[in-house]
Amino acid sequence: MTDVAVSAPPSPRRAMIGRLLSDPTTVAGVVLCSIVLAGALLAPWLSPHDPLEQNILDRLAGPGSDYLLGTDQFGRDVLSRLLWGARVSLLVSFLSIASAVVIGGAIGMISGYIGGRFDLVTMQVMDVLLSFPSLILGMIMVALLGSSITNLVIAIALTAIAPFARIARAPVLVLKERAFIEAGRALGFSHLRILLVHVLPNIVTDLLVMGTLWMATAVRTEASLSFIGLGVKPPTPTWGGMMRDGFENILDSAWLCIWPGLAILVLVLGLNLVGDGLCDVTDPKATQ
Amino acid sequence: MIGFIIRRLLASIPTLLAVLTLVFLLVRVVPGDPAIAILGDRATPETLAALRAELGLDRWIGAQYLEFLGHALRGDLGTSMVTHRAVWTEISEALPHTIVLTLAAMVIGCLIGIPAGVWAALHRNGAIDVLTRLLSLLGLSFPVFVSGIFLLIVFALQLHLFPVIGNPRPGDWIDGLHKLVLPAITLGIVMAAYVVRVTRSSMLQVLGEDYIRTARAKGVPRRSIIWRHGLSNALIPVVTVVGLYVGILIGNSVLTEIVFNRPGLGKVIVSALTQRDYTMLQGMMVIYCFLIVVVNLITDISYGLIDPRVKQ
Repeated sequence: MTDVAVSAPPSPRRAMIGRLLSDPTTVAGVVLCSIVLAGALLAPWLSPHDPLEQNILDRLAGPGSDYLLGTDQFGRDVLSRLLWGARVSLLVSFLSIASAVVIGGAIGMISGYIGGRFDLVTMQVMDVLLSFPSLILGMIMVALLGSSITNLVIAIALTAIAPFARIARAPVLVLKERAFIEAGRALGFSHLRILLVHVLPNIVTDLLVMGTLWMATAVRTEASLSFIGLGVKPPTPTWGGMMRDGFENILDSAWLCIWPGLAILVLVLGLNLVGDGLCDVTDPKATQ
Repeated sequence: MIGFIIRRLLASIPTLLAVLTLVFLLVRVVPGDPAIAILGDRATPETLAALRAELGLDRWIGAQYLEFLGHALRGDLGTSMVTHRAVWTEISEALPHTIVLTLAAMVIGCLIGIPAGVWAALHRNGAIDVLTRLLSLLGLSFPVFVSGIFLLIVFALQLHLFPVIGNPRPGDWIDGLHKLVLPAITLGIVMAAYVVRVTRSSMLQVLGEDYIRTARAKGVPRRSIIWRHGLSNALIPVVTVVGLYVGILIGNSVLTEIVFNRPGLGKVIVSALTQRDYTMLQGMMVIYCFLIVVVNLITDISYGLIDPRVKQ
């Protein structure tokens, strides 16, 4: 009699990670994001200079051995400012999208679960929020609230709440009619318990996948607001702010725009590649 | 068709009302006194009170709301706090420039995006498909001010093919078109990136349908299958995306106008933001939302034109 090796099928999560890592474009996305994340986390050790230190004698120096990526119009080291700027980009985009996922997700779940007129009105409000061009809404909110990291997070989160409410609501409408939810109700579970324990696990993947894609949008929005002059106040280094400074000197020092532009591109592309890969794995039809 | 348009027009009234309400609330729920924001911390209580009375901020909020609604419905968006000109006059001078830029970007986006999407779908999983997917992701990843500045560096500063400043000479069409190229491409890249993705997936779905197989079996020429039978049925999701992303285009046109120093709503809104011109901001939000509602309406009507079943 021959022995037949029987191995248990991999768990769904492990299978998903396996499929993700077998896609070269997703891996490229993970690598790009990891580079930016590492740069941000290790900024104090990797930065060759103080990002705020001005060396007027070295202003607008081209890339060279003293300053790998050159200096800006105040003689500040561009590489150090890029590394520290990554922190602002990542922090603002992560916090704003995390808040949007939590708030939007909760609104969508509760609205879909309660249903009826409440759902109708809530979704109407969300549709109105969706009808504002998000960048314009962000600009106006920051201008009204004042520019600080907290206000940037609030403004960007506000532009992203409505899509997450829509994403969370749709599956809840189907889920709440399913037998296991009805069973929960019959057993006397509270609405909160049903929502958190039985509904949430079913929509959390969708929310996280969209969260990754929206983080890319948040990075773009933060950079755009900083470029207009509505971001974190100088001299704190931000990529959008560096582009703005570089744009003022574009005629003689174009590289000042190129480095932060490429940094924004690397992070947004990385997030988009990862988000796209996650979409593929969780819903192959979406990107077939 | 006329009945369909009237039904859609009526359906957009509650949305517009809700938009107006939200705009009114947004400007008012924000902490801080607009009068202090305009006049600064050092203003005397008397001047602050006078400005509050001038802006109507000292009255009951319900009365302010009804007055705002009444004026907005009559097309009166108030007077700018800074220039003291009618908000609508300022906006109507800038609006045509933004509309021309947005339309040009839409045309470029569709001219690149639709054929590229069809091409990618026809070579599914091949090198062309992968390349199209990567390029579209790259296009989506460029914030418009970054792509605008990069295009400016290459085509205006290095190759000298286009001017650095995009403010067209009035009445000179050729100059206007020449200066429109780079800004329109900058915005068009974003649109093309979205359109490619949707066209590709919609085409793939349609090409798998039975009637396409039947057409093939009947010996219908390949070109006719792709463009007449395939694309015309795959267009609805594409139109939806074009409609949806016009909002994004309008938002991004602000950045494009700043980078290329073009006249348009972008300049108006940025100066209103920096000068804290609340009535102007309120008016701009109403106009932006109105534009989006109109675009949604046109999108819905075009569904009816593309697919007669939608009208039912």
